[in-house]
Amino acid sequence: MGDVLVLAEQQEGRFPKTTLVAVHAGLELAAKRGGKCTAVVLGENPDAAAGEIAKYGVAKAIALSHAALKNYLADAYAHALAALVKKTGTEFVLATATAVGKDLMPRLAARLDAPMASEITAINDDGTFIRPTYAGNAMATVELDGPVKVLTVRGTAFDAAKAGDAAAPVEKVAAELDASALKMEFVSFNATKSDRPQLTEARIVVSGGRGLKSGDNFKTVLEPLVDEMGAAMGASRAAVDAGFVPNDLQVGQTGKVVAPELYVAVGISGAIQHLAGMKDSKIIVAINKDEEAPIFSVSDFGLVADLFKAVPEMVEEVKKLKHA
Amino acid sequence: MKILVPVKRVPDPATTIRVLPDGLGIATDNVKWVINPFDEIAIEEALRIKEKQSGEVVLVAVGQQAWQEQLRTGLAMGADRAIFIRNDTALDSLAIARILAKVATDERPDLIIMGKQAIDDDANQVGQMLAETLGWPQATFASKVEFAERKCTVVREVDGGLETIAFQLPAVITTDLRLNEPRYASLPGIMKARKKELKEIAADSLGVNLAPKLKVKTLAAPPKRQSGRKVGSVAELVAVLHTEAKVI
Repeated sequence: MGDVLVLAEQQEGRFPKTTLVAVHAGLELAAKRGGKCTAVVLGENPDAAAGEIAKYGVAKAIALSHAALKNYLADAYAHALAALVKKTGTEFVLATATAVGKDLMPRLAARLDAPMASEITAINDDGTFIRPTYAGNAMATVELDGPVKVLTVRGTAFDAAKAGDAAAPVEKVAAELDASALKMEFVSFNATKSDRPQLTEARIVVSGGRGLKSGDNFKTVLEPLVDEMGAAMGASRAAVDAGFVPNDLQVGQTGKVVAPELYVAVGISGAIQHLAGMKDSKIIVAINKDEEAPIFSVSDFGLVADLFKAVPEMVEEVKKLKHA
Repeated sequence: MKILVPVKRVPDPATTIRVLPDGLGIATDNVKWVINPFDEIAIEEALRIKEKQSGEVVLVAVGQQAWQEQLRTGLAMGADRAIFIRNDTALDSLAIARILAKVATDERPDLIIMGKQAIDDDANQVGQMLAETLGWPQATFASKVEFAERKCTVVREVDGGLETIAFQLPAVITTDLRLNEPRYASLPGIMKARKKELKEIAADSLGVNLAPKLKVKTLAAPPKRQSGRKVGSVAELVAVLHTEAKVI
């Protein structure tokens, strides 16, 4: 009882911050429930990656391998993971709510007939969890009942686990998969090309909204500021809806949730669903010409101004600061 | 192609949500109820597929009496008929997935399309659980759906880009924002919807285990963020970020 199995997602052999957050949350949960925390890496040949995650404070790392696990697919991963959970008898299975975590964990929960809580933000001492509902406007305390419980954690709600000097043992497990039961086929992955930091990892995020008026203006007006600040670029749902930028830049209830040290909202009115994705940022700056915009109610520093004047000015000011 | 579209009734996304003082729910006075926006995208996609290939679009909802309003709205958008599973108790995602799986087993659709998440409990679970319960492929967060005979290819919105996967029908697809722009119900559509079939079934007559394993104990308002101050110029803004907040 109390054992935790953490899904350690890798990106070409490296572990993004979101994975280290899952490990940290898994360690916290195992400590509170009196169990052990094990990390599992799935793949065609995940041994090296498992050796890497073994350094992050877990009791053990499992390399779960099978040719059918080469590319992520929900059915193959759910089958392999469910078989492992049944074999190891873990109480909790936990992942961060990334695109993979969100896609996989409910399928796994159904396969295990286990309850699932999505995007938990806190682990209570009494065994309950806190998770945001209604775009973060109602924090629910939830209780899960059953021998196995499935969780995703919100990436911004926990710290990242840190590597230590010693590595835990790595166990190599061949996944139990009936390939004939697998019905999904990976075709291709089209990466958004960008030299900028990832939204969920960046120290600074600069986001644009409908106020930018066009995709071109994102490029010519906003991007110079993003790059001058070494920031990741985000966008409001309205800007995505209007087709200015791709959806993977969307910050909000139905996009990514971020909590950087500095969040700069440019031409974003501050709809409930956008606030849900950024209100836990440490410092929030809003630039908007409408002084009644709701974004100002959550911002530490607000500037009422025409963004088409203010943003180029800000680029110059930040430049000056760097060369001072 | 026969398409099943599960629909949920949620507060209008623009509604300000207030938690009741007893922490057992949200205030529902002055709440306007709508079809979950992602489900609206699902209805639209189903209608477009039907318009291209012919077939039938069947809506299904699991909830209280009032939810029939949202089914009527979906029928007014152009869906052919609706199944209303009446249930007055608290259900978790697993129970809803089991109910929908039972409906799917009876109706035998080629495709189930639904929203990727409901904007009230923000769980993002039922589509995936339904796919597993049926043993069907799943394509969540879809931004493009194409068919060649029984083969379906879906472009998915994932972290860092777009992923394309393929499978044979039947399958479960969940919709993301950019899949389409839903139509409004037309006046003739609304008139016609009144005469369309809306079949009511009691949830407890389905022979499905409805007992929830996930229970919401209480709700609480989130900590409120203090609003800060306005600055007078860009120069002042950059200065305070540097000297006071020390973030640049």
